[in-house]
Amino acid sequence: MDDGGKAYWSATLGLLAKILVVWFLVSFGAGILFAPALNGIHLGGYPLGFWFAQQGSMYVFIALIFYYRKKMGEIDRQFDVHEE
Amino acid sequence: MELQTTIYLVVGATFALYIGIALWARAGSTSEFYAAGGQVPPVMNGMATAADWMSAASFISMAGLISNMGYGGGLFLMGWTGGYVLLAMLLAPYLRKFGKFTVPQFIGDRFYSKTASTVAVVCLLTASLTYIIGQMTGVGVAFSRFLGVSSETGIYIGQAIVFLYAVFGGMKGITYTQVAQYIVLIAAYIIPAVFISIQLTGNPIPQLGLGSSLSGHDISLLATLDKVVTDLGFPKYTTSDAGGMLNMFVYTLSLMIGTAGLPHVIMRFFTVPTVAAARSSAGWALVFIALLYTTAPAVAAMARTNLIRTITPGVVMENKDPYAADSQIVYDERPDWMKRWEKTGLLKWEDKNGDGRIQYYNDKSKSEAFKAKAAEAGWKGNELTVNADIIVLANPEIALLPNWVIALVAAGGLAAALSTAAGLLMAISAAVSHDLIKNVFVPDISEKNELLAGKISMAVAIVISGYLGLNPPGFAAGTVALAFGIAASSLFPAIMMGIFSKKMNKEGAMCGMLAGLFITLFYVFAHKGIFFIKGTEYVDLIGGPNSFFGITPEAFGAIGALFNFIVAFVVDKMTPEPPEHIQAMVEAVRIPRGSGAVHGAH
Repeated sequence: MDDGGKAYWSATLGLLAKILVVWFLVSFGAGILFAPALNGIHLGGYPLGFWFAQQGSMYVFIALIFYYRKKMGEIDRQFDVHEE
Repeated sequence: MELQTTIYLVVGATFALYIGIALWARAGSTSEFYAAGGQVPPVMNGMATAADWMSAASFISMAGLISNMGYGGGLFLMGWTGGYVLLAMLLAPYLRKFGKFTVPQFIGDRFYSKTASTVAVVCLLTASLTYIIGQMTGVGVAFSRFLGVSSETGIYIGQAIVFLYAVFGGMKGITYTQVAQYIVLIAAYIIPAVFISIQLTGNPIPQLGLGSSLSGHDISLLATLDKVVTDLGFPKYTTSDAGGMLNMFVYTLSLMIGTAGLPHVIMRFFTVPTVAAARSSAGWALVFIALLYTTAPAVAAMARTNLIRTITPGVVMENKDPYAADSQIVYDERPDWMKRWEKTGLLKWEDKNGDGRIQYYNDKSKSEAFKAKAAEAGWKGNELTVNADIIVLANPEIALLPNWVIALVAAGGLAAALSTAAGLLMAISAAVSHDLIKNVFVPDISEKNELLAGKISMAVAIVISGYLGLNPPGFAAGTVALAFGIAASSLFPAIMMGIFSKKMNKEGAMCGMLAGLFITLFYVFAHKGIFFIKGTEYVDLIGGPNSFFGITPEAFGAIGALFNFIVAFVVDKMTPEPPEHIQAMVEAVRIPRGSGAVHGAH
C-alpha cells in the first residue's frame, strides 16, 4: 500500500474507533454497567439508566451512522479515493 | 361488523395488495431481482430492509418478552439495533466494494478456498434454519388466533402459506412488496400503541407516554407499574435485569455482532448502487427499524399494566389492595379476548384455590414477606398462564380497541413473519443451490436444475423448521436470539478478519469459524437438545444450566465469537501467509473508488 493509502486507512480506523467508543458508552455503559447508578436520575417519568437501555441508545445509534457517513465522505475526498 | 369477519377482510386486503404489487413489479421489469435493487431509492431500500429484518420475533414476540422481563428486555432493543452501527461501519461498505452476492462467495474468494466457502455455507445454514424455527413459532401464534385454531394447526397452515409465498412469490419485485409490508406492519404496530398511550397517559406519542404520568394521577406510569408488579411478587419492572449484569452484557453483544453477521441482512447491502449508498442505507434501515423498536418498550409496559388492570381492576388506577378477596375478577365474568385466546391454548386458567377468581402473581417469588401475604390471601399458586408471544397480538383486545385495529395487528404480524421467512428461505436456497451444489459438487449443473435444487432445499427447510417449531426451544424471540448467537460466533469474525486483517489466511479463518460454531452449538445443544430435539439435552455434562459464568445459551454467541478470533489468530501464526494477490485484493476492498456493478450473479 502506498503512503496515501496507509494514511487513508489510519484516518478511517481513527474515525471507527471514535464512533465505537460512543457506541459502547451509550449501550453497554449507560444502558447496562452504569444503569443502576443512573437510575437515581429521572428524565420525566423515566429512570435514566432504564431510558438509555430502552430508548436513548437507539437514538444515538442512528445519529452515529449518519455522522459516520458524513465524516467518511469527507475522508474519502480528502485522500481522493471517493467514487466518481 | 363481527370481529372475525373484519380480520378476514383486512388480512385478505393486505394479501391482495402484496400479490398485486408483486405482479405489477414483475410485469414492469424483467430484470433480475438483484439488479432491481440498485434502482430502488435509498429511503425505500431502507424500508424494504427493515421489513426483511423485522420478523415475527420483532413484531409478535419481542414486546411480550420485554413485558415479562422489564428493564432486562432492553437487551433485545440495544442488541438488535446496535448491530447496525457495526454493520454500517465494519462490513457493509467493504462487502459492497468487493462486489459479490453471497457471504460464502466472499469467504471463498477472500480466503482463496472452496473449503472455506463450504464451511461458511454450513454456518449460514445452521443460523438461518434456527432463525426460521423462531419464525414458524411466531407464524403458528398468528395463524392460530387469526383462524381460531390450536397453535399446532396454526403452524401447519403457516408452513403451507410460507411455502407458496416463498416459492411462487419469487425473487422479482420482492423489494416493492416489502415496502408495502413495512407500511402495513409499522401501522399495525404504532396505531394501537398510540391509542393505548392516549388511554393510559393522555400522551399520543408512545415513546413519551412511557415516560409520563397515568391519566388523572401524578405518579408516573413506570413508578406505578413498579409498585403493582412488586405487590404481585414480580421483580421491579425498571430494574429487573436478565440473569445478572454480565449475562445482559454478553447477551446484548451477541445480538449486536449476530446482526452484523446474519447472511440475509448482509445480502441487502450488496445490492445498493455505490459504497456511499451502502453506508447510508444502513442508516435509513435503522431509522425505520427504530420506529418500531422505540415503540416496543411502551407497548410492553402498557400491555403489562393493562393485563394487571384487567385481572385486578382497581389496583392500578384506584390503588386498591391487591390481596383483598374481591379485587381479582371472577373467571366466569372474564373479558371476551381471554375466551378467544383460550382456544389457541396459549392462555390458560386453572382454579388452584377453588374460589372461581383469577389469581395472577409470581408464585416463584423468593420474598418471604410476599409469600406470607399470598398465603394469607388464600392464594395457592399462579392460576393464569399467558404465553409471552401473544402479548402484542392480544394487546389491542386487552385495551378494548375497535375491531379494525385488532384486525390490522393480525395483518401486521402475518406480514412480518412472511416477509422474513421468505427472505431467509431465499438465503438458504441460494446457499444450497449456488454456493454448495454448483460451486462444489456439480459445477456443470444446468440453470433449471439449480433452480429446482433451490426450491427443494426451501421445502426441506420449511418441513424441518415446522417440525421443530411445534416444540420450539423457546419463545419466538428467544429462538431467534439463538440464531444470532450462531451467526455471531461463526460468520461475523471471519468476515471482519477478511477485511481488517490483510494477513489472515485460509487455515486461520476456517479453524476459527469451525471452532466458534462448534463451541456455541455445544453449549446451546446442552441446554436445548441436540439439533433442538427434545429429550437429547445434556446439560448435566457441562455442570448444570448456565454453568459458564451464569451465561444463558442465548447469550453465548459473543463468547463463541471471542473463541473464534483467538483460534483464528493462533492458527494464522502457525501457517503460511496468504498469497500476494489476496493481500492486494484486501487493499483494494478498503477504498471506495472503482466500485463497479456487482457481478457474480446466479
